[in-house]
Amino acid sequence: MFEALSFGDAGWGDELLYGLAVTIRLALTALPVGLAIGFVVAGLSMARSPLLRMLGVGYTTLMRGLPEILTLFVVYNGVGLLLGRIALWYDPAAAPPAFSPFVAGVVALSLVFGAFAAEVLRGAFAALDRGQVEAGQSVGMTRGMIFRRIQVPQVWRFALPGLGNLWINLLKDTSLVSVIALDDLMRMTKVAVGVTKQPFTFYLAACLIYWALCVLSELVLARLEARANRGVRRV
Amino acid sequence: MHPIDTLQAAWPALMDGLWITLQLTVFSSVLAAALAVPLALVRVHAPAAAQAPLRLYISFARGTPILAQLFLIFYGSGQFRPLLTEWGLWSFFRDPSNCALLAFVFNSTAYQTEILRGGIQGVPPGEIEAARAIGMSRVTALRRVVLPHAYRIAWPAIGNEIILLMKASALASIVTVFDLMGQTRRIFSRSFDFSIYLWAALLYLAITAVFVVLWRLVERRLSRHLAARQAPLPAANPRTT
Repeated sequence: MFEALSFGDAGWGDELLYGLAVTIRLALTALPVGLAIGFVVAGLSMARSPLLRMLGVGYTTLMRGLPEILTLFVVYNGVGLLLGRIALWYDPAAAPPAFSPFVAGVVALSLVFGAFAAEVLRGAFAALDRGQVEAGQSVGMTRGMIFRRIQVPQVWRFALPGLGNLWINLLKDTSLVSVIALDDLMRMTKVAVGVTKQPFTFYLAACLIYWALCVLSELVLARLEARANRGVRRV
Repeated sequence: MHPIDTLQAAWPALMDGLWITLQLTVFSSVLAAALAVPLALVRVHAPAAAQAPLRLYISFARGTPILAQLFLIFYGSGQFRPLLTEWGLWSFFRDPSNCALLAFVFNSTAYQTEILRGGIQGVPPGEIEAARAIGMSRVTALRRVVLPHAYRIAWPAIGNEIILLMKASALASIVTVFDLMGQTRRIFSRSFDFSIYLWAALLYLAITAVFVVLWRLVERRLSRHLAARQAPLPAANPRTT
């Protein structure tokens, strides 16, 4: 049973490892994009203008309410169709352009991550002591300076636990891209199952790899949190 | 095809799918809720060593993708087909909707156990002491004091978990269950009519919206004795130094 998981030509160990690399690359690419979306949307939901606020709140409500798999299909099929139509419009003879599943995965996962991150960041900004902002104003800091020097360094501290959970969700959600034929860990497992006819062994192996990733992330996050809170007085 | 025509043509199929989605969500969340009560009590009261297997299960269920859990159950059971046939369980595992239900219960029980544990630990010790002082047995105190209060504390978090479960139920479509997502994918693969995805999205949002309103109503009812007391108090001052 275990030789099927060995490395080299006989086993599927190296194929699974290749899939794991795709999974990690996908998650690490979606993370910064999603965080950027999160900051923008959090900014919108805290804006003075009611129109912008509605836009931000609407986005988070929409993205948090839809199944991730539906978002992925909408992005993959929708953008695919759109690109095809644009290509036809330019040059009716052209073959429809291929929309890479990796890009579709990154876009869909970061759209979802961004919506949840926006809520975490909004909560973190709200958790900041208002007195510190007023203190900044009273010593003559501009809004930008207050944002950069007082708010951002502390938002990190308040947002880290929430963002850590989102990172773990992101890692797990990457498994969805196997459905749109991206060779991530889940899909490589499926390929291995197709050949070896040992579904339980291989899906259990995949589960254990995902589990290890999550436990490892939790350990790193705990250290990051300890580091972010090192200047805080404990009561 | 105009989006409205698409909706009209797809309406019966979408409603069939919606019904399956609701059934999957309701059954799995209720089963998980029932399992979560004893497990949460173990998490609160059992000695640490006795909790080890439970904590391992919770960590595993929360640390692996639901899709992987679903595949492990649905495809993985095939590896034990002779054994399962012998035990008369094969007909259960052969049906993808049973496997989906099992995977969702497996996953949600872990989350609900932890949520409920937080709720139970959030019950003020004074309430339990008071219940014991007037002569309630441990079980009576649990039933009349601890669990009602724990559920009130945990209510919003359980609501979030059920919404997550409803969204996750769309994964059942990948193992050929024709829930809302499954019907949508089937219609799209035949017609390549993109607007069907947008209608499905609207339906999912509608489920969430209705659920959120219902859940709030129940929450208000659960804490109706607090509303009267809280009303006359001024808003809490956020500036505390």
